[in-house]
Order: sequence, then C-alpha cells, then structure tokens
Amino acid sequence: MTQAPITRAAEATPLPVARKIRGLSDRAIAWIFVGPTIFLLLAINIFPLIWTINLSFTNFRANRPNREVEYVGLRNYERILTDTDIWLNMQATAHFLFWTILLQVLIGFTLAYLINKKFKGNDLWTTIIVLPMMLSPAVVGNFWKFLYQPQIGLFNYIVAFFTGKDPSSFEMLGQVNLAPWSIVIVDTWMWTPFVMLICLAGLRSIPDYIYEAAEIDRASKWRQFWTITVPMVMPFLMLAVLFRGIENFKMFDLVVQLTGGGPGSTTELTSINLKREAFEKWRTGYASAYAIILFVTVFGLASIYVKALNKVKER
Amino acid sequence: MSSFSVTEPNARSKWVAGSLVILYALITMVPLAWIMLTGFKSPADAISYPPKVIFDPTLEGYVNLFTTRTRQTDDFLAANPPETWYEEIVRQYDMVIAGPSKFGERFLNSVIIGFGSTFLSVFLGTLAAYAFSRFKIPLADDLLFFILSTRMMPPIAVAIPIFLMYRQLGLSDTHLGMILLYTAVNISLAVWLLKSFIDGIPTEYEEAALIDGYTRFQAFYKVVLPQAATGIASTAIFCLIFAWNEYAFAVLLTSGTAQTAPPFIPTIIGVGGLDWPAVAAGATIFLLPVMIFTVALRKHLLRGITFGAVRK
Repeated sequence: MTQAPITRAAEATPLPVARKIRGLSDRAIAWIFVGPTIFLLLAINIFPLIWTINLSFTNFRANRPNREVEYVGLRNYERILTDTDIWLNMQATAHFLFWTILLQVLIGFTLAYLINKKFKGNDLWTTIIVLPMMLSPAVVGNFWKFLYQPQIGLFNYIVAFFTGKDPSSFEMLGQVNLAPWSIVIVDTWMWTPFVMLICLAGLRSIPDYIYEAAEIDRASKWRQFWTITVPMVMPFLMLAVLFRGIENFKMFDLVVQLTGGGPGSTTELTSINLKREAFEKWRTGYASAYAIILFVTVFGLASIYVKALNKVKER
Repeated sequence: MSSFSVTEPNARSKWVAGSLVILYALITMVPLAWIMLTGFKSPADAISYPPKVIFDPTLEGYVNLFTTRTRQTDDFLAANPPETWYEEIVRQYDMVIAGPSKFGERFLNSVIIGFGSTFLSVFLGTLAAYAFSRFKIPLADDLLFFILSTRMMPPIAVAIPIFLMYRQLGLSDTHLGMILLYTAVNISLAVWLLKSFIDGIPTEYEEAALIDGYTRFQAFYKVVLPQAATGIASTAIFCLIFAWNEYAFAVLLTSGTAQTAPPFIPTIIGVGGLDWPAVAAGATIFLLPVMIFTVALRKHLLRGITFGAVRK
C-alpha cells in the first residue's frame, strides 16, 4: 500500500520540528479525544458493575447503610437459582420475548416487503408507521392502560364491536390468561416498525441485477422470493431480532406502567422482579446477584447469537 | 427509470401493497389519535360508554394539567366571580385555582436534562469517534465492543450501585447527576453512529489541510466537523429522543427537583382516580415535539435507529 503524502512528509521531518508544526502528537490527541468517553464509561458503567459484583456476595441492604455488612459467599446466587418464583418470572419473560419477536418479525417483514413495492407516497406512510417507536414507552404504556379499561376503554369496545362480545366481559389487564397478551400487543404495536425499518434496509440492499438474472433464468416469483429475497434479508432480520431480544429482555418501562407485573405475577418480567427486590424489599445484595445473573444471561445469549449471525453473513 | 423493468412492480401490486400499508398505518395511529382526542374531553366524556368520538371540546384537561385546585364554599365563590377563562372552567366544579401544578417544572427538567446530556454525549462522542476513525488506537475493536456492550445491561442492574454512588456523592435527584447518567448511556450510540459518519469522510481533505500548516486540532474543527455536521445533527436527535423518553433511571433516581416528565405524567390524579383528560393533555404536550421531529427529519433517522448498522 502506498503511504499517504502526509505520512511521508511527517517521516522526513525531524521530530521536534514536527511537534512544532502539528501542535500535539497524534497519539496525544487520540488519547485526549478518547479519554473522556472511556473515563465516563468506567465511572458510570464499569465501576458500578464491579460494585454490583462485590455487593452480590454480601447481605447488604441499602435502606440500612449502618448495619454491618457480612460476606455470604455464593448464598445469594444459590437462593436465586433454586427459587421457583424466579423461574416463573423467567417463563413470563420467555413468553413475552418469544411472542413479541415472532409477531414483530412476521408483521415487520411483511410491511417492509409491501413498502418496497415503492407505491406513491410510501416514505410518508413509513414515517407514520414509525411514530410509535419514537415515543416514551412509559407515557404511552400508561395511556394503553386507559385503552384496555373494560366498559370505557377503546380496545375493549373495538373487540366487542367485531366479535359481538360484551365489552365489560373481559379485562385485558386484570385476567391471568389475558394479561400476558396485553403486554405482547402493546410491545408489538410499538416496536414492529423497528423490525420493519431494518428489513427495509435489507430489501433495498439487494441489487436489481440479481432479480433480472433470475428472470432470464425463468425462475418463478415464488422461487425468487425464497432463493433471493429471504436469504439476502436474513442477516438484517437476525440483527433486528438481536436488538429486539436485548431490549425486551431488559423491558421495564412499558410493562411496569401497563400492568406493574400483575395480576399476581403473571406479567412480572425479570426486570420488574429485580426492581422489587432492589428498591421495594431493599435486598440489595440479593438483587445484585440477580442483576449479575441477568447480565451474564443476556451477554452469553447475545454472544452465541452473534456467532450464528456471522455464519449466516458468511454464506 | 426505464419504462420497462422486470424489477419494477406492476401497477396492481403497487396498489394492493399501498392500501395494506396505509391500512396498517391508520390502525397504528388510533391509540395516538385517542390520546390527543382525550386531552380535549371533559372527565365525564372521557369515561363514557360507548367511547365518544364526537364531543364538546374543552380545555379542562389542559387547565387541570397545569394547575392545582381546591374546593370552596358557595359564599366564597359568589363573592369572587371568575376573572379568567381558565378560572371559569374550574368553577363548574365549585373549585378555585390554588396555584400552578408541578407539570411545568417537570417538563422543564426534561428539557434541561435532555439537552444537557445530548450536548455532552455528542461532544464527547464526536471526539472519540474521530480518534477511533483516524488514529491507530491499541485494542480499538475491543474498546468499541466494550462501548457497545455497556448498552446490554438492564438499567435496573446499573441503577443499584449508581443509586448508592450518587447518594455518597450528593448527586441523587440533581440535574448534573441525571445528565451524566444519560450521557453515559447515550455515548455508546453516539460513538458508533458518529464513527460511521466520519469513516465516510475522505481523509484527503485533512491531509491537505495538514500540509497547508494546520495543526491536527485545526484540521479537525475546520475541516472534519463541518463535513460531519449532518451526522452530528442526526446523532443529536437520537440522543435527545432517548433522554427525553427514558423512564427507568428517572423513576428510581429522582423524586423531586430533578424528576423528568415521564415518571410524573402517569401520576396525575384527579377527583376519584386518574384524571385521564389531564394525563392525555400531558402526554400530548410531551409526545408531540417528538412526533413533529420524526416527521420533519425522517430522511436522517434510519441510520440512527439501527445503531449505524444500516447505511443508506
């Protein structure tokens, strides 16, 4: 590779002169530029993480800071992993993750496919579809609570209108069998556009000549869809699933406003459960261990997934 | 475009696709439209059955949102006739306006913290992104992955030690504390996005500037910054929207002076439960700026939404 002129010029200049010409050295500038960011992340992300790890081996309670702190070894971890209630929360989270991702992928891909037909005014309608995901999940989630009210809520009224049921005969947020679906519906409403946008970018990245070649080979539209469109969009789709997976594993604001984890603990996702342990029961040590377990789970699953993603990309 | 192309969809499939997409868009708008409508309803209209689409619009929700009210005796009401239109609205319920509510303050907090953290994350993010893009930094890929991975932590997990740390440093419930926290969360997005923008600017411009006797620093802010302006602006919008919408940290770490609007709006209580028109009015005021932003700046948004992974 040929060197850039500046590099050649720099090499020919004696070092003290170069300093004078360029002010600070590149290396110094690099560290001055990157330093503050790394410092901030260390102070507000990594230091707290290490602190959490440390706390997770103790019986510390944040509401009683003067009590003597004892190291309890792995007892917090043991208690969490053997607690059947926590497995129920994990199941609720898994249900939520599975259905939201499935619905968002199906609807999101379909919409992207339709938008890619390039009908007139498609970019304006795309923007309108994108609106829900730009809004505050807590504020919107809170308002959905109103839409879900039996009797007065719009959602119940519309369902009743189409099915002929009595609108006060079911309570989306109050019934054990319906509440898990109520959060799936709102999350799908809010985040389908995200999957759609990524799929759209994938569809637009497919060069036209591939379809033209397929057309010359007399491949049917159906065959073109399965052998060109789907495989080419797959890496993008998997990326969308990764982002949605991580985000929904952390899900807090939307669901806490909608159901608060209820009724009972049917919609108590792990994040909500964690908040209860940490900021309502004040079992700080225990909650820290819980947080570490969750973080390791997300990180582990995401790493495995990224490996799979790279394999798909290579093909 | 050529008049005949095998990849150009035919008119009928365009029409079908268009109608389906528009149908979806309309359905998806119903909840948002309902928020805005409810803001102009009276409490009685808001909870009527069947839900009312046509009603007498009133500004009651907005008045209730911005004021606190107290009930008064008939004598007092008779002796002090209402002077303003908003006083008049409140009088229907034998009440008088006692003072402003906390909504204005909370909204202002959202503005201060949102813009403060956006400025800081874009400022730091631009510097870091430039360094990652142009200089050889040892372990650059690992550092970049580290920066991204900080986003995988559930906010509650980070909130526990930050809660303790802020309590020690006196940063809990302060604007500065929240600005630093949101900056730390946003900076990963800012660095990744800005790096992808700066990578797209050819290095030749800077090299020419350096040969002309500019220092690295001058080359950075006189040559690179103006070229990265669009990228910086769209990154800023994303940071702003995130900070604007954030709820988990806000609800756990603030309670008074630095509380933002998202934890506040759901707690607006009226007579006998939540005051839905006031909640809707608050939500409308809070959501509308983002909606306008989104529509106005739609061309620049795609790259940010997808973390820089998707380039147009």
